[in-house]
Amino acid sequence: MCLAIPAEVIELMPGSMGRVSIDGIVKVVSLALVDDVAVGDHVLLHVGFALSRIDPQEAAETLALLKEMGELAEFEPAEFLG
Amino acid sequence: MKFASEFRDGKLARKITATIAAECRPDRQYSFMEFCGGHTHTIARYGLEAMLPGSIRLVHGPGCPVCVLPVGRIDSAIELACDHGVILCTYGDTMRVPGSHRLSLLKAKAAGGDIRMVWSTLDALKIARDNPGRDVVFFAIGFETTTPPTAMAVKMARAEGLKNFSIFCNHVLTPSAMRAVFEGGSLPLQGVIGPGHVSAVIGIDAYREFSDEGMPVVVAGFEPLDLLQAILMLVRQVNEDRPRVENAYVRALPAVGNEKARGVIAETMTLRKSFEWRGLGTLPDSAVRLADDYADFDAERRFDLPYRTVPDPKSCACAEVVRGIKHPQDCPLFGRGCTPDNPIGSCMVSSEGGCAAHWLYGRHNMAGKGQKEPA
Ligand code: SF4
Repeated sequence: MCLAIPAEVIELMPGSMGRVSIDGIVKVVSLALVDDVAVGDHVLLHVGFALSRIDPQEAAETLALLKEMGELAEFEPAEFLG
Repeated sequence: MKFASEFRDGKLARKITATIAAECRPDRQYSFMEFCGGHTHTIARYGLEAMLPGSIRLVHGPGCPVCVLPVGRIDSAIELACDHGVILCTYGDTMRVPGSHRLSLLKAKAAGGDIRMVWSTLDALKIARDNPGRDVVFFAIGFETTTPPTAMAVKMARAEGLKNFSIFCNHVLTPSAMRAVFEGGSLPLQGVIGPGHVSAVIGIDAYREFSDEGMPVVVAGFEPLDLLQAILMLVRQVNEDRPRVENAYVRALPAVGNEKARGVIAETMTLRKSFEWRGLGTLPDSAVRLADDYADFDAERRFDLPYRTVPDPKSCACAEVVRGIKHPQDCPLFGRGCTPDNPIGSCMVSSEGGCAAHWLYGRHNMAGKGQKEPA
């Protein structure tokens, strides 16, 4: 219910509306709740409304952090992995 | 899907669980509540619990709006469609929730009620525009994530002068539910995985009251790696004995949340003095209704809609499942009389409900099929 998914903005429309693509599926949604959305931005989409903008820089940094987290225990015994 | 599939890498997931296992202290137990039903779904779907070391326990929380909606509210929605003759628009999740007398919106629709599933409040507005001679009511449920789209619809309806549109407002507040769970002394918890999309609206400071009282909170996204990251961060907080609120979902969640969305809610809605929740009882200041300035759009004021408290079905353990006190499997009805095809409690309806997630992905699944009773 609270699920929101990443969608790419492909066209801005009047009235703070916009066309977004969700993995190729195109929908008309409201962009009224997020400031200064531009074509090419990714937004977090929830029941027809963009709730926030996804920051590609932060996404890359989190992925780098996750890789780091995954490397810490490489030499630890991992018998529970079974 | 960009910004989603990268966070599903199974190999990396195993490496991170190895780090988690290495950092768990042998003398400690770690019980973390995932507040949000969306997290419950991810955990069950990707089998995360089985990958984690035995000292970590994940406890399902009350963050499934369908599960915490009391039967009386479903009854009112059915009444709107059947007795008041409105076009009732609703998100799909509510259609199969059991009301009184084994009714549901789905059955009411089959019996002739004009009930329409919508994807967005924008669709409900369109239905109102297309049917100027009919009253159109949007059955609004959900936590803070889902509230701004309802608030926007009210504003848009007023701006357009759409007089046949109103809201049956059942939006509830996350911090109230958290407080109720902690105060209700459910299981001993060492930390909470905070809801990512609720927080995208309310911001992470909303949980400071809990960390100030010693409860570590890490807000997480909804992919498996997001959850593992949050769990590792919680383990570290517990080990350091330094409870705080942390954000593990920075790509989509500014710490301040969405001020614009909160502004629209503040303009159109106001706190209810009290609201009944399924499983948590009647809680003060835990839900919103339309503000007096928007009373014309409030279905509860437009139609005669008295609220009646209805007890949960006998032997249904939904109340305990919602509070994390019981595991779905502990309910005597689980898989015997209560299944997604024939739900008795709401936790079996929405895929984010604890019982549905456990039914769909749980280990009992293979054996469970044979136990299914005829409807
Ligand atoms: S199995 Fe059904 S009745 Fe039992 S707690 Fe779950 S939803 Fe409620």
